[in-house]
Amino acid sequence: MAEISYEQKRKRGRYGPAAILRLGAVYLGLMIVDAFALFLVYAFAADGVWELAITIGLITLMVNIINLRRDLYALRWIAPALALMCLLVVYPIAYTVYVSFTNYGDGNLLTKSQVIKLLSRETYLPEGGKVYAWDLYQNTAGEFALWLTDENDGDKYYFATMTDFSPVEGLAAGGEKPADYQGYRKLSRAESLRASGQAQDLTFGTEAAPIGIAGRRDAGEFAQRYVYQDELDAVLDRASDSMFYPVYETGRDQNDKVYRTGQFQNEAGDTLRTGFIANIGLKNYRSFLERDDIRIPLTRIFFWTIGFSFISVLSTFTVGLLFALLLQNRRIPYRHAFRTLLIVPWAIPGLISVAVWKGMLNPNLGVISNMLRAIGLEPPPFFIDPGWAKAGILLVNLWLGYPYFMLVCSGALAAIPSDMYEAAEVDGAGWWNKFRDLTLPMLLVAVGPLLIASFTYNFNNFVIIEAYNEGGPPMVESGTLPAGHTDILISYAFRLAFGGGRGADFGLASAITIIIFLMVAGVTLLQYRLTKGWEETSENV
Amino acid sequence: MSRDNHEKRKHYRPAENLQLAAQILILLAAVVFALFPIVWVISAALNPSQSMSSQTVIPPLPETRTIVAEAPGKLLRIVSLAGARVERSAEMILLVEIEGEEKELRAPKNGYVDNIRVAVGETFQSGDALYDIRSSYLINVDTLLNTERKPFLRWMFNSVVIASVSSIIVVLITAFSAYSFSRFRFAGRRNLLVLILLVQVFPNLLSMVAIFLMLQQIGQHIPFFGLNTAGGLILVYVGGAMGINIWLMKGFFDSVPRDIDESAMVDGANHWQVYWRLIFPLVRPVLVVVGILSFVGIYNEFVLARVLLRDKDSWTLMVGLWQFISATFGQDWGVFAAGAVIGALPSLIIYLSLQDQIVGGLTQGAVKG
Repeated sequence: MAEISYEQKRKRGRYGPAAILRLGAVYLGLMIVDAFALFLVYAFAADGVWELAITIGLITLMVNIINLRRDLYALRWIAPALALMCLLVVYPIAYTVYVSFTNYGDGNLLTKSQVIKLLSRETYLPEGGKVYAWDLYQNTAGEFALWLTDENDGDKYYFATMTDFSPVEGLAAGGEKPADYQGYRKLSRAESLRASGQAQDLTFGTEAAPIGIAGRRDAGEFAQRYVYQDELDAVLDRASDSMFYPVYETGRDQNDKVYRTGQFQNEAGDTLRTGFIANIGLKNYRSFLERDDIRIPLTRIFFWTIGFSFISVLSTFTVGLLFALLLQNRRIPYRHAFRTLLIVPWAIPGLISVAVWKGMLNPNLGVISNMLRAIGLEPPPFFIDPGWAKAGILLVNLWLGYPYFMLVCSGALAAIPSDMYEAAEVDGAGWWNKFRDLTLPMLLVAVGPLLIASFTYNFNNFVIIEAYNEGGPPMVESGTLPAGHTDILISYAFRLAFGGGRGADFGLASAITIIIFLMVAGVTLLQYRLTKGWEETSENV
Repeated sequence: MSRDNHEKRKHYRPAENLQLAAQILILLAAVVFALFPIVWVISAALNPSQSMSSQTVIPPLPETRTIVAEAPGKLLRIVSLAGARVERSAEMILLVEIEGEEKELRAPKNGYVDNIRVAVGETFQSGDALYDIRSSYLINVDTLLNTERKPFLRWMFNSVVIASVSSIIVVLITAFSAYSFSRFRFAGRRNLLVLILLVQVFPNLLSMVAIFLMLQQIGQHIPFFGLNTAGGLILVYVGGAMGINIWLMKGFFDSVPRDIDESAMVDGANHWQVYWRLIFPLVRPVLVVVGILSFVGIYNEFVLARVLLRDKDSWTLMVGLWQFISATFGQDWGVFAAGAVIGALPSLIIYLSLQDQIVGGLTQGAVKG
């Protein structure tokens, strides 16, 4: 067989049967992904969840472009990762930024149009609307109907099914209600009582005059209570006959009435129960400074976060380095066994470790408290006193974290050439001088970036805070907002969003999140420069 | 710092020996600090008494105690049958009649009920043996595995499934991306890499509100990926693990010389073939380590799982264990300890057996602790 040129081989690779098969697979895969994505886009658009519909649409578009354009071949390999990151990392970040400028939280959980939709379903009994006494009927299909008695009008009778409402003729006032009427059977008292819960949610009669059960005895002609008026952008409450306007700015009017963003309020200042999500600008960010119940806890939490991260890094590094230095001595018997035993804390899931320590530190029953009592000391309140709680957390974090630095330092120490020590000894340097002028500087070059990484890790070390005491003991100054003395920023934000009990404030939590993000991103960029990441990515391998 | 590889220095000065002794002492103290909590929790797991206060370092030997009647009476009913597990002391064992009054005989300690020696309706005298209660090292494990309210095995199964599926997907997808970043030169490559790194800094714990709402919405149309499902949680884990692992893997791919694939390209191979036939086999050991590490990371994760999984049956192991750390922590201590020991085993085994590889990977960027 004749020699085939390189070009021919390339062509064969591009147009051969295997290549066509591969191309077919790509198109088929793309079609499946597209069908799936289009279904989602359509479904979300129908739900009115536009942000998700648009996001998924854009991601799908991106994946299609990448796969169809030849010059973007390199990106094809990254497309799945990019798509996943866009949906699960980038979109949530963007959403969090958006939420941080809103009042999203308990009481303001729905968009304005969703609130209007919800309000339009509410009904009321208009004044002068007819009230009837009711008896429940049911047909064999299980449908309910009401026998209505208008007691004010000399006992006139009506019969209302799910779709119909008609007067009953030919029955004298005060007469016995029929056991069967138009195929419906009158329910006994007990049956009626049992079914009343179910029947209460139903609307009887015609659409023009809907009738519902209002109470144990009464039924009546209910009407839609809230009517949204497009041209006024307001909701008319027909029960009180007053107009509720959506409020977009918090403040007071000339009569000193308070208006709050995201509420429907009328002239008298009354507020509808459900508020809507509204843009409140920088208010969440400003409240860091302006609201005492946020400023005081936030300042303390901020400094504790820095202190906690810093002390954790310092203590774990110091202890880890100490152990690494000791383990360097070759005369120590069973060196490898020592090393393995000392890294065990690192191999245990963090949650479990913290929980075990929590048990051991328990002031009444824990083993450490018992030991302290045995030698005549009063065990400290490790969970109630702010200072001791912090000390406990730092102790536990030291236990969790030192093996990491022990391992890292062991590796870095082994890499320091021994002739440098010999040279230092010739110069008459003592062990302290050798350590200070030789070991430590050499070590910090290698371990420095990891110290920064460990700092950012602890900055967001949610697990230890949550598992140790859920941020407690609680901070009085935070008022009704949840905050604790051992909370760090991330756990404070988490508590504001999911804290339970007191109500969620997603907007405020998101604003704190953005602050955390900016700080950690800054530190990461710094670390990236330190590790000379720039060269690494620009160089060719 | 000592350099004792000089074979000729066989004799050490007394000061050096003293120093060595001090060093060994410090290390021994360090080992006590490191291992005491672990010894303590293992001992708690084996201790037949479940409460925290009555725990000792060495659990008491299992024993069988015979319960003797204190007064003559008549057995009315056997409440806990023979072989039954008594989880909390003071659980009722027998209902008896003493001096014409009904009286409940309760277990004095945890254990298994055995050898009930009196039949229902029979009378007994003061000093007669009524039944045995037998303690066992494994009673906490038995309770842990056989309590319907807290389906521990189910949680463990969920954890293993979620962690393995996620880590396999993560490794496959990120390996493709890393290959591209390592082997192709395209416009925006560097910026994309930095962007991935920065975006990764945003912990997905923080965007939990958005993730929660998104899964809720998705779940209304594709229940498989909704809230409360393993599918949804896997999706979130996979999405969150992309960035750091792309960086990690790119480093590994970079360490494979490009000459190898370039010569294959000259022979007419395309990228697909180079990837699967040449590069993939070379980096496979590293990929396995990365996969195992992300398995452990996901297995240990509990914050996202706790927010996204609401149903007891869909919980992961860590969410389940979290439930023990509640008001009754002191009483459930023994059972929690058993769960902690069993739950920590996979992570412990993997970390200790892979310690050297992990250190290699750590210095390249992945951080734990």
